[in-house]
Amino acid sequence: MSTEAMDVPKGFSFDLCRRNEMLTKKGLKSPGYLKTGTTIVGLIFENGVILGADTRATEGPIVADKNCEKIHYMAPNIYCCGAGTAADTEAVTDNISSQLKLHRYHTGRESRVVTALTLLKSHLFRYQGHVSAALVLGGVDVTGPHLHTIYPHGSTDTLPYATMGSGSLAAMAIFESEYREGLTRDEGVNLVTKAICSGIFNDLGSGSNVDVCVITKGKKEYLRNHLTPNPRTYISSKGYTFSKKTEVLLTKITPLKELVNVVQVGGDAMEE
Amino acid sequence: MDTLLSSEGDSQRTQYPYVTGTSVIGIKYKDGILMAADMGGSYGSTIRYKSVERLKQVGKHSLIGASGEISDFQEILKYLDELILHDNMWDDGNSLGPKEVHNYLTRVMYNRRNKFDPLWNSLIIGGVKNGHKYLGSVSMIGVHFEDDHVATGFGNHLARPILREEWREDLTFEEGVKLLEKCMRNLLYRDRSAVNKLQIAKITEEGLTVSQPYSLKTFWNFAAFQNPTVGAEGSWILCLMMFCCTKTCAFVDASFSFIARHGSA
Repeated sequence: MSTEAMDVPKGFSFDLCRRNEMLTKKGLKSPGYLKTGTTIVGLIFENGVILGADTRATEGPIVADKNCEKIHYMAPNIYCCGAGTAADTEAVTDNISSQLKLHRYHTGRESRVVTALTLLKSHLFRYQGHVSAALVLGGVDVTGPHLHTIYPHGSTDTLPYATMGSGSLAAMAIFESEYREGLTRDEGVNLVTKAICSGIFNDLGSGSNVDVCVITKGKKEYLRNHLTPNPRTYISSKGYTFSKKTEVLLTKITPLKELVNVVQVGGDAMEE
Repeated sequence: MDTLLSSEGDSQRTQYPYVTGTSVIGIKYKDGILMAADMGGSYGSTIRYKSVERLKQVGKHSLIGASGEISDFQEILKYLDELILHDNMWDDGNSLGPKEVHNYLTRVMYNRRNKFDPLWNSLIIGGVKNGHKYLGSVSMIGVHFEDDHVATGFGNHLARPILREEWREDLTFEEGVKLLEKCMRNLLYRDRSAVNKLQIAKITEEGLTVSQPYSLKTFWNFAAFQNPTVGAEGSWILCLMMFCCTKTCAFVDASFSFIARHGSA
């Protein structure tokens, strides 16, 4: 944070907003942006936190990425799911992740979830909601497991279970009816998967696969594509072949990567 | 009557709803149809009326539940009354079943929408006739369909996912009521216009019963609700809440002093 104060960054300049508004009034269609119309969830179980997310990124009515990653790394013990504009969630989580790392070097201690929370909410508040990132932040630190939601304008909640994104109502319906305190790891993962599936099948902005991340004291498991309930079902088992009339004249295979053996004679490998 | 030349200002059409009821949920079960609705009538963001019956009988075989503008629902009940009366006057041993009532209402809603004067309701019709169960829905613009489980308003987002997971063809009465209560509890937590006073109606071949109003039990004792700042005492979360409280108090004080000085309106 101190480097930022000394460096007064140019940051988000609001100068062009008035011009853009004028242009839109005159009929200019502004370029679309990639939204992660999403279902993201988090819950606290007996030993820690479980986060879950779907994997669909939409650009208006089109699915731009069928298998994107919405659970972002913040610290070895803290992960953050992001909904809203994909660029905003990526940028803001990467930025705060670097700040946390510098802070860890400075203090020599494991990062705390409330630190990440305060950094994120200050950042989002400063941009008055223009950084369209709605986040579910979860992690386990010395004070225990924590789960927070952060809204684009900078307000936060501390909750035992949370959902965000366009599929949040569908997922919340599952949580409100089935969550209890003191769930085991498997029960928690099943409930998170069920909630994400509810978002995937009942919300148009969410789809494809389920990612899950389990964080406990001293350990984290990132289960990428934990469940794939939407496989491509009608693939021909024979694969693609050229029609029989094609005559093969010549076959030449050129490997793109050459294996190089590095022989270390003496001294540091980095020297020369 | 409205003419093409009448201006928007003196229009008698429903532009926006005033007193509204929130979601209604309906499911088919083994012996017939079960429907649930709470008894709240909201006037904008105030919950003005807490004993509005939004589930009513129609003829011998049908049950109607409505969300949306309450006055338009009362108008619809008047139309249905007339419809059933004329049907009875034929005295021919036939009576209108839920499918026929559904079709009639669809025509009414669609025609009103075409005249830019909609009845601002989402309706659910359910019933049993000659052993055949029927459950259908009509919206204020005339969108209609028939299904095994339907919901209006917020129920679409909060109750449908649960119903899609857990509804089965052979639900018993107790299981059906439990499923409806699960959905209604969800709505109670997450819909701002829901009230904790609901009725459940059951319609079978034998007849219709609407339960007495009752409340659902809720649970608020999660650890994170009791103590949100366990990780950092005195952090922003608590500060933000206190700031909001003092700000509201200041505003209220100012408005009271204004009224005192200028007299209440």
